[in-house]
Amino acid sequence: MEIPYAVKPRPDTGVYNAKLGMWLFLASEVMLFGGLFSAYILLRVGAPEGTWTQGLLDIRLGTINTVILAFSAVTTLLAWAACKVRDFGKFKMWHGLTILLALVFLGIKSYEYRDKFSHFQIRKADGTYVDGHIAGSKYVDAAGQEREIHHGFRGKTFTEGEKEFTLASVTLNGYEAETLKEINQPERGHKHEHKDITVPAAEIKKIGNYGPAHNTFTAIYFTMTGLHALHILGGVLVIAYFWGPGSKMWHTEPDRFTNRIEVSGLFWHFVDLVWIFLFPILYLT
Amino acid sequence: MQATHAASHADVHHDHDHDLGFWRKYVFSIDHKVIGIQYGLTALAFLLFGFFLMLMMRWQIAKPGQPIPIVGPLLEAVLGQVAAKGIMSPDLYNSFGAMHGTIMVFLAIVPLASGAFGNYLVPLQVGANDMAFPRLNMVSYQFYFFGGIIMFASFFIPGGAAQAGWTSYAPLSLAIPTDGQTFWLLGMVFLITSSLLGSANIIVTIVQLRAPGLTWMRLPFFVWAQFVASFLLLLAFPPLEAAGIMQLMDKVAGTSMFLPSGLAVGGPLDNVSGGGSPLLWQHLFWFLAHPEVYVLILPAMGIISEIIANNTRKPLWGYRSLVYASLGLGFMSFIVWAHHMYLTGMGTVIATFFQTTTMIISIPSVIILTCLLISLWGGSIRFNTPMLFSLAFLPMFGIGGLTGLPLGFSASDIHLHDTYYVIAHFHYVVAPGTIFALFAGIYFWYPKLTGRMMNEFWGKVHFWLSFVFMNLIFQPMFAQGMAGMLRRMSDGGANYATSVLAKSGVEVTGSLSDMIIRLNNYILWAAVGLALAQIPFIINLFWSIKNGQKVKNDNPWDATTLEWQTPTPPPHGNFLKEPSVYRGPYEYSPLGGKGSDFLPQTEPEGVAQTSSTKH
Repeated sequence: MEIPYAVKPRPDTGVYNAKLGMWLFLASEVMLFGGLFSAYILLRVGAPEGTWTQGLLDIRLGTINTVILAFSAVTTLLAWAACKVRDFGKFKMWHGLTILLALVFLGIKSYEYRDKFSHFQIRKADGTYVDGHIAGSKYVDAAGQEREIHHGFRGKTFTEGEKEFTLASVTLNGYEAETLKEINQPERGHKHEHKDITVPAAEIKKIGNYGPAHNTFTAIYFTMTGLHALHILGGVLVIAYFWGPGSKMWHTEPDRFTNRIEVSGLFWHFVDLVWIFLFPILYLT
Repeated sequence: MQATHAASHADVHHDHDHDLGFWRKYVFSIDHKVIGIQYGLTALAFLLFGFFLMLMMRWQIAKPGQPIPIVGPLLEAVLGQVAAKGIMSPDLYNSFGAMHGTIMVFLAIVPLASGAFGNYLVPLQVGANDMAFPRLNMVSYQFYFFGGIIMFASFFIPGGAAQAGWTSYAPLSLAIPTDGQTFWLLGMVFLITSSLLGSANIIVTIVQLRAPGLTWMRLPFFVWAQFVASFLLLLAFPPLEAAGIMQLMDKVAGTSMFLPSGLAVGGPLDNVSGGGSPLLWQHLFWFLAHPEVYVLILPAMGIISEIIANNTRKPLWGYRSLVYASLGLGFMSFIVWAHHMYLTGMGTVIATFFQTTTMIISIPSVIILTCLLISLWGGSIRFNTPMLFSLAFLPMFGIGGLTGLPLGFSASDIHLHDTYYVIAHFHYVVAPGTIFALFAGIYFWYPKLTGRMMNEFWGKVHFWLSFVFMNLIFQPMFAQGMAGMLRRMSDGGANYATSVLAKSGVEVTGSLSDMIIRLNNYILWAAVGLALAQIPFIINLFWSIKNGQKVKNDNPWDATTLEWQTPTPPPHGNFLKEPSVYRGPYEYSPLGGKGSDFLPQTEPEGVAQTSSTKH
């Protein structure tokens, strides 16, 4: 039994099934990310004074990633064009490049994530803040024995074997601030001077890194870019399959294979497009 | 023609299926009909389960603090402390309430209407040999099944299932410390994914796989209804998926996108950053959940239309109006969602906007109902079981729809919001509305699935008892709601009863009179009656597979649409040869119709006569 119009377009609609299916799927994806973008707007306009973080993300890395995705859109199109003119070698080259670019994008993204997880903020008992990357932390156990952790923080207490260590102090490479607004919304062009600041445990009211739970900005940042990264990952897995084991179909059903490249390309372009919106709202404003 | 079908049908069946083992034929099948039946049976099981949850809750409402008879000890044995001595605790009541709504909407009715009826009938009615993406279809069912397993399993984890209502309003849903909500959110992600894949599949099937000659205006109205409902699922569900992911982040990753600053739940919440927006959840939730109402009702209207046209033996009145009204309904349903939120303090300007759109959306609904009602005019009606359910649908949905108007006005909603009036309103739409339509559909298409009819007598018993008990259950709730009785109270309002308050020497204006409280008792016994009324249906459903009266031919109802032009039951691949369509879907009593009173869509002759008598 064969499903009609699985490969050839239906004359009166002008599309084959999978292409229409992909456009419908993308319509639902627009609504998915549309929901998140609306959430971003509502959360941002509703954020209490001074709590919305701006200028946290590295614009250079964001720009590089934008350019990478833009290039991958071009290579995806060329890979499909190569299929259309029946040049399998070129297809392999262009989509090989697409996969490579996608992996570089994910690499840069995970580097950025890692940076946020080592970036800490301390609210001191006197109401002021210390903000910066973790330089180290000191712990003591019941016997008074000290333990120093370089470039790391292991919570207020941790146990190792039988011994329980309690936090003695934390050192951040950063700056001190009176209010959250100074940290989250610094004046344009202002650069905080960074130095090692050690805060004893007794003065720490709250400490945490810039993970999703830090504030509403990091929450929506991680949610949106995380979901986007999952889409990149899914897309690159599918493209890698067509590039690798799935490319066997080229020798038996080149038309159907070309359609697969077109449809997966549609998805890839959509994922690129989402990033084009994510970049300005998260990095630039 | 019928005879050739019957004769060759055995061979064809054999040809396609003999090499498939049990697992690929019944469990991992890619045949849309098997998947449709899988959806149907799973959804019916959930429908019964969801009903039993409510039955237990009705006991608690009517007789607060008394052990539940029969199932009480069982509950205690399975769930432990929350049902100590067989008494339903308030926590358990909350969790049953939340899960009743979730199960009925997402695991029972949508899968029945779109999953089962959509899957089984759409390819048949458009003359296709299967769905456009058969393998994806199988995956949709598996996602649904898996989501159902997660929801079901959540009853048995420590702390039990989600307790924050089917709406899962934040911050309540986030403040409850148990893991039920996490399970709920995970389950929803699976169910939403299933719906998205399924609805895209149905749309592509309708657009791409229509048989030659089957133009848009020759589609049966059922197909149109599925088409619009699928678009609603496709476009309205993703924002809830986004919201679900955000709430999952709040629950698991400690973010506070839905938790405002300064929130205190048994003391200030110091461990969260705050700054979130509880209203945001409600907007994203209702952006799905209002279109969802039309996802529930449109396929039901489609089923009703097919049955009414067939059993009045005349064309539907205003086919085109029905089509355009359903498209209008679909479009409007995206811009009415905030009428669920008048009391959130979102502002009168916004409330006015949504109040206006809400009044506008009643127009297409009224058009559809009017068309169906006028379709009865001058028909020679056959009062069989499917037709009885369809006829009952009209006034029941009418009551449900009309009682929605006072809720759509922001002024009257202030009084009625969150009372039993709301419950009565939407249950009239969904229970004696949609569920009756689904029953009608089951009785109507059963002979196509099995080759045997369901028993008429027991079908009528099922109908009349269900009809009476449904009304006895929901009618009193209007009175309770208007008297100010709030929903979601595990004691059924006893704390606000005049007699109880009088005993403690308190005099409260607007307390609930004894009559209002006593209605809880009547509703309980009506619900028990409704449960008993389903027994003939369940027995009939299974007994008739082997013992029902055999169909006289492949088209026992003398119907016109394409699904009746297949062998019974249709083999894998459906049609023996590709059907060609020559006419509209409801050519009953056509002038000059050679002795019979109907012309199937595949019948090439008689074109001249019908085009001159075009309605």
